[in-house]
Amino acid sequence: MGKILAIRFARLAGTLFAVTLLTFLMTSLLPGDPATAVLGQEGIQNAELLEEVREDLGLNDPLPVRYVRWLGNAAQGDLGESYINRGQSVSQTIRDRLPVTAQIAGMAIAIAVALAIPIGIVGAYRQGRWQDTASSAGVQVALSVPNFIIGIFLIWLFAVQLRWLPASNWNRISDKGLWANFQTAILPATALALTQMAIFSRLVRSDMIATLQENYILSARAKGLKDIYILFRHALRPSSLSLATIIGINFGALLGGTVVIETLFAIPGLGFRLINAINQRDILVIQGITVFVAVVYVVINTVVDLFYTVLDPRIRRS
Amino acid sequence: MTDFQADSVDVVATGAVLPESTTMVVVGSSTAQPGDGTPPTREPVRQVFASMPLLVKFSTIWLILIVGGAIYGKVDQTIFNDALPLQDPNFQTNNFDPRTGEFGTGEAIEGPSASHWLGTDAIARDTFARTVHGGWVSLTVAVVAAGFGIIVGGFLGSLVGFVRGRTEILIMAGIDVILAFPALILLLAMVSIFRVRSLLVISLVIGFLSIPAYTRVARANSLAISNREFVLAARAIGTKPSKILRREIIPNVLPTVLSYAMVAGAFVIVVEGSLSFLGLSVQLPTATWGNMINQARRDIELNILQVLVPSLALVFTVLSLNQVGDFFRKRSAFRASAL
Repeated sequence: MGKILAIRFARLAGTLFAVTLLTFLMTSLLPGDPATAVLGQEGIQNAELLEEVREDLGLNDPLPVRYVRWLGNAAQGDLGESYINRGQSVSQTIRDRLPVTAQIAGMAIAIAVALAIPIGIVGAYRQGRWQDTASSAGVQVALSVPNFIIGIFLIWLFAVQLRWLPASNWNRISDKGLWANFQTAILPATALALTQMAIFSRLVRSDMIATLQENYILSARAKGLKDIYILFRHALRPSSLSLATIIGINFGALLGGTVVIETLFAIPGLGFRLINAINQRDILVIQGITVFVAVVYVVINTVVDLFYTVLDPRIRRS
Repeated sequence: MTDFQADSVDVVATGAVLPESTTMVVVGSSTAQPGDGTPPTREPVRQVFASMPLLVKFSTIWLILIVGGAIYGKVDQTIFNDALPLQDPNFQTNNFDPRTGEFGTGEAIEGPSASHWLGTDAIARDTFARTVHGGWVSLTVAVVAAGFGIIVGGFLGSLVGFVRGRTEILIMAGIDVILAFPALILLLAMVSIFRVRSLLVISLVIGFLSIPAYTRVARANSLAISNREFVLAARAIGTKPSKILRREIIPNVLPTVLSYAMVAGAFVIVVEGSLSFLGLSVQLPTATWGNMINQARRDIELNILQVLVPSLALVFTVLSLNQVGDFFRKRSAFRASAL
């Protein structure tokens, strides 16, 4: 076990090094002077400002020195500040916006799991019959529809036609309370959830089919236990190991994957800020959000991987 | 369809831009004939089409229509200056038309009519023409990405699966770093670097990010094939490794990689659609399905049709590619098992 841990952490360190280096190089490999790239069109005329940026970014030093310094600052939570929106610290931006994105992603995963488990179980239990065929076809379609298209039709149905929910905007829990927050969060979360639901339910179905062929299921059946009891109490838990893994990985991916949905619903999360930054060519904000999301993603993947190894002794031994 | 069950081992292939779980490794059954590396006989196109299930047939027809429409639109625009019978996708039909010297009679956000089959958009452009033209961007990006994936990813994967050792560790480490980023974030970061977002730039970026997934698919297949008897036989008679790679490994990895390209293409079209929707793909006024959806969603209270048309075009294309890709994947699995 100790050896496995050591290998995993070495790999984690290597990946983090490569990921941070690549993101750091974003500003340095741009054609031309990084200072002008960071400042954008207006800043270039201002020689004083240009000199200030050079000073702040330490552009007079060699590249390796700059990388180590940038990494050191980033590790202490200092990702620099935006020169397009003066005085806005990148890490403060991330702190403000991460909870919003995490809430949407978390809700999406929760909805997806709640739908996927029954769908997957039905597919496995009725394998090859019409229930399975119908749910597989539904899953196939859900996988083919991009989330922004689902989002638009949710808006059309629930905001425009039925007028039950707001079409966009975001109510913070601290300002408007839990219910108002829920009203603005449910549509974007559902739009994100459908694709996840499709991925999860396929997994539950195939794992469940394998589990249902085990001898202990046969013995449970022989004891005369009800099917529904066997499915949920005996078969679901051993089948949900890989589901737990993919939930972890996809939650990490969703932190970056909410970009389109946040833009569609005008939700002030990380992704929406990233798109604004790209449109303003606010390089340091793009860099900061990219490196943050990538590092979180890599760390989540490693943790999930370890978790999986600990839970399943078969993998540990091999 | 045949009832032949191909032995296949499934390995999860993850991609930087490409789908998270596509089962793509094909390992042959024990019916192998040593030394038999000859390519399977070609079937006529008509016979292949006839062997398709109904849904796959419809999907194929849809794809042909979309590809044909996109090419027709491009030819019409670049060679004939929009003189062929399809309206100019960027002409605002309520505006002055320099060709006729008159003002157009169109209106913004019209319903379907004889002159505008699928109505008009917010600035009175013909939606049918824009949808037909919109396929061009999606298809170009998908084809370029597939080209990069097959040529670079397919070659790298075949190579490292065959030679193993340090080359494999080094190349796969590079691949893993690209895969360590969340796909969309890396794509956005790369796109944001470019000031001019031409079709070429977008295609190249998405193409580059497609390489890792193809490399993994090709490597997994190459690993399996490298252990087969005919490769051993080739080694035993002293064939040069480069020739084994060229003559034995690559031809046998290729069918799987090619059939993966369709499924990957479906994903690439969704990615390009998302990028267009965010306004970060090819610049306006070029019609893409994604930017049509983005523009039309602002008037969703007036007219849902303008969102529906490009959405359906996108979804049908993605679904069709998945269906046809799946069909060919099963066929190539069947073929490989007969090796």
